[in-house]
Amino acid sequence: MIDSKTFDPNFKFLIASEPGGENINKCFSCGTCTAGCPVREVTDRYNPRRIIRMAILGMKKEVLSSDFIWLCSSCYTCYERCPQNVKIPELMNAIKNIAVKEGYLPSSIKSQLDLLASFGRLLEVTDFENDKRKDSGLPLFQRQTEDVKKILINLGLYREEQDRG
Amino acid sequence: MKNRTEDSPQHVEYTLFLGCTVPVRALNYEISARRVAEKLGLQLSDDPDFSCCGYPIKSVHRYGYLLMAARNLALAEEKGLPLCTLCSACCGSLTEANHEIKENEKLRKQINEDLFEWVGLHYEGGVRVTHFIRVLDQEVGKKRISEQIRTDLSPLRVAPHYGCHYTKPSTIYNKTEDPEDPKSLDELIKVTGAQSVQYEDKLQCCGGGVLAIDEQVALAMAHRKLDHLKSQQADAMILICPFCNVMYEGNQRKIEKSYQTEYKMPILYYPQLLGLALGFEPNDLGMKMNRVKANELVKKINRSAD
Repeated sequence: MIDSKTFDPNFKFLIASEPGGENINKCFSCGTCTAGCPVREVTDRYNPRRIIRMAILGMKKEVLSSDFIWLCSSCYTCYERCPQNVKIPELMNAIKNIAVKEGYLPSSIKSQLDLLASFGRLLEVTDFENDKRKDSGLPLFQRQTEDVKKILINLGLYREEQDRG
Repeated sequence: MKNRTEDSPQHVEYTLFLGCTVPVRALNYEISARRVAEKLGLQLSDDPDFSCCGYPIKSVHRYGYLLMAARNLALAEEKGLPLCTLCSACCGSLTEANHEIKENEKLRKQINEDLFEWVGLHYEGGVRVTHFIRVLDQEVGKKRISEQIRTDLSPLRVAPHYGCHYTKPSTIYNKTEDPEDPKSLDELIKVTGAQSVQYEDKLQCCGGGVLAIDEQVALAMAHRKLDHLKSQQADAMILICPFCNVMYEGNQRKIEKSYQTEYKMPILYYPQLLGLALGFEPNDLGMKMNRVKANELVKKINRSAD
């Protein structure tokens, strides 16, 4: 049962004010996105039309705390086909950005942030990798880039003490 | 760029942007791309200070993504050359950020204030971002490539996988290629003499974008396409993105186990296929690093050469 009293009518405006979410109110639920979605093809858990509908209705908590918003593979098939230019992958990112601000950050994404802060990349380049690169005649790679950590710290996405802990 | 003739590519020098996956997990892509580039008269220079393109944090903090992209673009701007990526997600993310920063003056000002204060860099908006395959297709051109072909690959039937970020969103690429009917990779395959195999769901996503969130969903997506390739009896799948490779080659055995099937489908990067046609030995193209061995495919080529 959906209890409409729990709806937040301002949720759609919050999304629309987030970069990428601007066109949410243009959606007329035609379902073109869902029909061509390669994720929907393999799982019922992801259904962009349904998620947008829930967001427009104001089901803020249900949407932000759900795991399904993270299942968009960002393939942009729906982006190309949407007759209303809702820019669904960007809209999903806007919703995810709000979810993160509200404290919903999947652990695997948190791990990615830690890797980026530590190495400046998602994958560490160790001596092993550099030896392999050298043997293959490829230029050696810098082990880390401090700049990314500085950016993440300044944006509040990483805390220095995590390093020591 | 002296003594440029009409037949020369528009640009011969690029800064190579490797991103996260290529320099660690896709050395065969990097090796073959550098070999092919050299052979075709392209110079690729490196910048050891490049970091991740920023794409992974787009879902977490969009502005943070733009800043990370801007940092890389600022470094590229100092070199004064177009930026060429091997990874399609890097290409998409840097291209999109580049457009936004160029077009939105207010955003550019904010980005530059933060970039300068935090990492001492500045980005004016003067870099052109492109993909290595796009350079081969549009700047070197099929005519020049075909003049260099030494080995006939006509015994091969290979399946192109465009992936997503090479053509989409088409708005950031100024609609260079129709995302519903792309042709560049098919045509680049035909230049080598190989046949480009058509198959169901040819333009479908590899699933890599959700691998970190839900492995089963990602594997199910890759499984579908591998099944379609198998039914077409393709000799190999041809990729232009290292993350698609993580799905189709890196996870191929896992998919075989989960779905109790067998593919043994060789997964080649396009520069590896092109390299074979240009006359390079498989070892010069990092083929030893291909997890699914392409020995049969190489034998097919050799048999026809005898």
